Amino acid sequence: MASTIFRSLHSHPFLFHPTALIRRKYVILYCTMRSAQTQTATQEKVKPQVKVSPHSTQSKALEKASKDYEAVIGIETHVQLNTLTKAFCSCPYNYGSPPNTSVCPICMGLPGALPVLNLKVIESAVKVGLALNCKLSLNSKFDRKQYFYPDLPKGYQISQFDVPIATSGYIDLDLPLEFGGGHRKFGITRVHMEEDAGKLLHSEGGSYSQETAEVDLNRAGVPLLEIVSEPDMRNGIEAAEYAAELQRLVRYLGVSNGNMQEGSLRCDVNISVRPIGQLQFGTKVEIKNLNSFSSVSRAIDYEISRQVLLHSQGQDKEIVQETRLWEEGAQKTVTMRKKEGLADYRYFPEPDLPGVFLTTDYVDGIRNSLPELPETKRRRYEKMGLSMQDVLFLANDMNVAEFFDTTITKGADVKLATNWIMGDIAAYMKNEKLTINEIKLTPQELAELIASIKDGTISGKIGKEILFELLAKGGTVKGLIEAKDLVQIVDPAEIEKWVEKVLSENPKQLEQYRGGKTKLQGYFAGQVMKLSKGKANPGLLNKILLEKLNAKS
Amino acid sequence: MISTLQPPRSLSHFRSNPTLLLRYTSLKPLSSLSSQPVTHSTITDQSQSPNPPSHSQILSTRHSLLSRHLTATQLAESFLTRLRLTEPHLRSFLHVSDSVLAQARELDEKIQRNEELGPLAGVLVAIKDNICTAEMPSTAGSRVLEGYTPPYDATAVRKIKELGGIVVGKTNLDEFGMGSTTEASAYQVTANPWDISRVPGGSSGGSAAAVSARQCMVSLGSDTGGSVRQPASFCGVVGLKPTYGRVSRFGLMAYASSLDVIGCFGTSVADAGILLHAISGHDRLDATSSKREVPDFSAQFVSMNLLESKPLKGLRIGLIRETLDDGVDTGVTSAVRTAALHLEELGCCVTEVSLPSFSLGLPAYYILASSESSSNLSRYDGVRYGNRVAADELNSQYMDSRAKGFGSEVKRRILTGTYALSAGYYDAYYKRAQQVRTVIQKSFKTALDEHDILISPAAPSAAYKIVEKKNDPLAMYAGDIMTVNVNLAGLPAMVLPCGFVEGGPAGLPVGLQMIGAAFDEGKLLKVAHIFEQTLQNCRFVPPLIADEVA
Ligand SMILES: [Zn+2]
Repeated sequence: MASTIFRSLHSHPFLFHPTALIRRKYVILYCTMRSAQTQTATQEKVKPQVKVSPHSTQSKALEKASKDYEAVIGIETHVQLNTLTKAFCSCPYNYGSPPNTSVCPICMGLPGALPVLNLKVIESAVKVGLALNCKLSLNSKFDRKQYFYPDLPKGYQISQFDVPIATSGYIDLDLPLEFGGGHRKFGITRVHMEEDAGKLLHSEGGSYSQETAEVDLNRAGVPLLEIVSEPDMRNGIEAAEYAAELQRLVRYLGVSNGNMQEGSLRCDVNISVRPIGQLQFGTKVEIKNLNSFSSVSRAIDYEISRQVLLHSQGQDKEIVQETRLWEEGAQKTVTMRKKEGLADYRYFPEPDLPGVFLTTDYVDGIRNSLPELPETKRRRYEKMGLSMQDVLFLANDMNVAEFFDTTITKGADVKLATNWIMGDIAAYMKNEKLTINEIKLTPQELAELIASIKDGTISGKIGKEILFELLAKGGTVKGLIEAKDLVQIVDPAEIEKWVEKVLSENPKQLEQYRGGKTKLQGYFAGQVMKLSKGKANPGLLNKILLEKLNAKS
Repeated sequence: MISTLQPPRSLSHFRSNPTLLLRYTSLKPLSSLSSQPVTHSTITDQSQSPNPPSHSQILSTRHSLLSRHLTATQLAESFLTRLRLTEPHLRSFLHVSDSVLAQARELDEKIQRNEELGPLAGVLVAIKDNICTAEMPSTAGSRVLEGYTPPYDATAVRKIKELGGIVVGKTNLDEFGMGSTTEASAYQVTANPWDISRVPGGSSGGSAAAVSARQCMVSLGSDTGGSVRQPASFCGVVGLKPTYGRVSRFGLMAYASSLDVIGCFGTSVADAGILLHAISGHDRLDATSSKREVPDFSAQFVSMNLLESKPLKGLRIGLIRETLDDGVDTGVTSAVRTAALHLEELGCCVTEVSLPSFSLGLPAYYILASSESSSNLSRYDGVRYGNRVAADELNSQYMDSRAKGFGSEVKRRILTGTYALSAGYYDAYYKRAQQVRTVIQKSFKTALDEHDILISPAAPSAAYKIVEKKNDPLAMYAGDIMTVNVNLAGLPAMVLPCGFVEGGPAGLPVGLQMIGAAFDEGKLLKVAHIFEQTLQNCRFVPPLIADEVA
């Protein structure tokens, strides 16, 4: 088993352990984490809160108690940067590559190997620091955080300790309307650069007598930004929206794919509960294994309930400083490890790397190249007169927003464009499981379509037909109208001919109409429209039809 | 003193060994070994000196090959023979390459085809075993890396190979460079060619002994607190520690990253300079390597015939007062004072200079070096390479692998360093030591603003007996007093033999340390070269091989 895992390395002449190292009891933790990961909800959007109640009999008491307590929540987020190569070597990183296929002496921590910083990491950190309204440290440095673990090849992680690259920022966000809406501003304590660790893989022993764990070092040395929030959040929704806004931000900046399932965006939540009015924080509990925004939200709300319940029952001593795991299956948090005193990481300045010095020119250059950020975009859309629901929908996805913006710059009406995008286009994307970049419709053609309807060239009905054609196959609005001869017919003489034909072919219905059954007007209109292959101008059609119906009565 | 030398009985067979009749051109027989007292003669009578100065083995190799006077194979064979004969007494190598002759033959074919030769073509180089070599084991003298062969060459090794150098083998050292005697190797104890009952110094003792005994022409060592300079002094060879950042550390197994440098050994100043030039320069694989241009050091080597009577006129030399204090052997002090007089003869203005922070260097060095080493050696956990002790659970595996893999000196430094970096002690130890380091850097800066070069002994004594300090680590640490400050300041320094003290069958060499301003290796080499070329009546060929090369 192990030898297959490491097979790719056997061509290297150095001595590599073919067998693995740790017996099962030390990897149980990883087994549970892995199984939990596979069940993770994949939705990116926070679902309305699942009702969390440890026991239904307690729920009422809990509800009452909740009013007397407040939760204090801070989040540490690890964002994996999508640089072409790892932080300190030239290995690429591709999620899901076979184990140990993207490694070299540097990221494996072989003797004599040295780290050299990928400058793209600094660029990404500066982008994120600026986007989070942080104060940048023009002189920062790397430090070594030391601990032993098999997924940490050097026995230390290159990180930043006392001088992070960015500090004291904030992030703005708007809560979705289904959660009550509202604007929030959460503080950012710091942003620092560090490297990722490898992964322990578990395998049954196979022919070996003992069950073993193996280390996959593909991820070792991949650059991360650790973003630490102030303890400004008060419930699961706020925390989940904070995480979602960070994801939006890093995607807008293009520094990470922000994918939670792949671990490109990982949230560790710190949470404590205190009686309202109390200044000092309660005992802090950390929650890990949150693989989606909904699990962030639900885990926090579960944990708040758990802690509030203990408080209200006078058992707050039971709340201890610990790390708890969110179990997606059971929808609850369980103890992972108790903290026995503070871990001493023996940080000291990384002697293999020079200090990180930023010039103001460099920072200004990056500042000037930043794209419009989600918050700015939302405020702009708001000023354009869009409802908050429209604003959030459009700004949520950078590509949707860009599609919308381009459509507008091509002259389309703002409200009409919004309606098309949020309506039929969104529905199509959802059904076909496509992103807006994958559909064949271009913003140019959407603008054209909207214009063609507005100026009466085609009817709204025809417009819809053309839309689906454009979405699936592409092409131009003009081309489709021409090819299919879809131009609306506004010639009264022609419409009159169709009306007369329909009336003459339906003498019975005509008689009924004239006998007082005026509802039949719709039937006649439908028949005429059918005859015109949908091209008759509906207004004109109805006008002429009414004239004819009522003419000889 | 020198004339009374007899080779050790055990080596008397050297004389009759026919393979040794092949004389290496650069090691010309000396006309006499007169015991006339050292005089501070003027340059004018140098030409009549009976002792020709040290030659560059690199340049004569090149000359021999290009003139077809000798083949690379002949040269390699003569060195390998000497290596084989001396190695049982010295044990300077942990691994000897089996492809030296093949490479030499390949080179000879190139010469026959009149192909262009690299500047190090045919030069036989030994590499300290903490420097990675792709085709040879690299253990750093530690059990924890027993049998480990790296997948890549260190940048310095790669450059040597690219320039035509032939790697002879890997030399012994104190485990991971931690020691001053080479006794802390997990594999063997290396003897000093001048007296095989004595240590060669350390930690690059194998590289120094190998050059001294002409088992190779030049060698690479590493210098974290004096590990090139002190063994150079003990073994009577030239040792050059470049400025921090001058040579890439990529492939040097880290001991203390902010202090470690790869350095050069040679039997002449020119060889050390040529080798340094070969390995210097920025390396994109080492972020701490300097982008400064590397000057052509050989331009500094002025031919003897062209020297004026006072070739170093106006050069300001500072003799560091604190290095001549109590605790330094009188023989060493007098050799260094004699060297100072010699420099005056050459036109230098020698004055004493005080570095008040000098004595702070040793404790600061041991805190910083231990702290960094405690971190650098964390990777030897038995997980990915090297020795692993199978264990039931993770902590035991770590503990057993490290307990069995590391020797006691390494453990001592890991413990010291871990302690110094621990929460609550960091400020009192690590941070304070960094502050001392800054003070030392400043005081060197001041002294070097007023002087071109600073001089001192390279060590407080000449080579001492094996085992003498093995169980007294503090006494051994104290021996580094002359050298550690230079590493803390990151400055270049060289040690070259300047005289002898009594001891052993032939006397024991004493090294003079010259310290220069950052990246001013050129000036050091120039002064050292003139010093070497004008030094009278000293011949630094150890008795072990004196017969053969004489
Ligand atoms: Zn790599």
